[in-house]
Amino acid sequence: MSDIVMWVGGAMLAVAAVLIIVRIERGPSMLDRTVALDMLVGVVMAVIAIWSAATGRSDLVNVLVVLALVGFVGSVTLARFVAVEPEDERRILTSDEVKAQDARIHDALEREHRRSGAGREESMRRAYPESEDSS
Amino acid sequence: MSAAEWIASVCFLLGCALTLIAAIGVLRFPDLLTRMHAATKPQVLGLMFMVVGLAVSLGSNQLTWKLLLVVAFQFMTAPVAAHMVGRSGYRTGKVREDLLVVDELTEDLARVAKQQQPPSSSS
Repeated sequence: MSDIVMWVGGAMLAVAAVLIIVRIERGPSMLDRTVALDMLVGVVMAVIAIWSAATGRSDLVNVLVVLALVGFVGSVTLARFVAVEPEDERRILTSDEVKAQDARIHDALEREHRRSGAGREESMRRAYPESEDSS
Repeated sequence: MSAAEWIASVCFLLGCALTLIAAIGVLRFPDLLTRMHAATKPQVLGLMFMVVGLAVSLGSNQLTWKLLLVVAFQFMTAPVAAHMVGRSGYRTGKVREDLLVVDELTEDLARVAKQQQPPSSSS
């Protein structure tokens, strides 16, 4: 394969990858990012194919097989579990909000720690009454 | 260049051009379903072009079978991903109603809800 084909094709794929990454950054919802991410896997497969043809490395074909099998796992997982996102989590928090959130988490951990130190035995007994009986 | 190299070059360039066009589509289209429509092109047809080009340019029998396996796996997994994304996109309201020409799923859901309404209200 001639060098010209490789360079022209590679340039097209690079531009395509940049455009997809812009969509991933911009995408209003998680599902848009998922679709773009799936497509990015397709671009990577195209790059590997053209690279393999240019250098004659036939071992890269195995990488293509693996990517074709595994590429969809991410989008299925995201569509199944992360598709519902609260309105509030779509934007980037300001630094004050981040501080308030950190303080809330810290307080909750602190409280949890104190409580688990005090009443652990009792809560275990309440949670697993049958293990108490058997022993 | 030999005939095989010509075929491989044409296939590679077609696949790359398809990927680029689809990337432009994904960037510019307005909502989730249209973006999915654009994103499917390089995943199936573009990949087939690239794989045919690679098979012709490598010219090995065993590798051609392996590349056929790549296309088969992609055919099996791409619809699964598209189905899941489309379904959860519809359920979480990412579909823009004003851009749809036909929306049979909403009509069917409304009809089923209406059919199930009388027994549930009487009981």
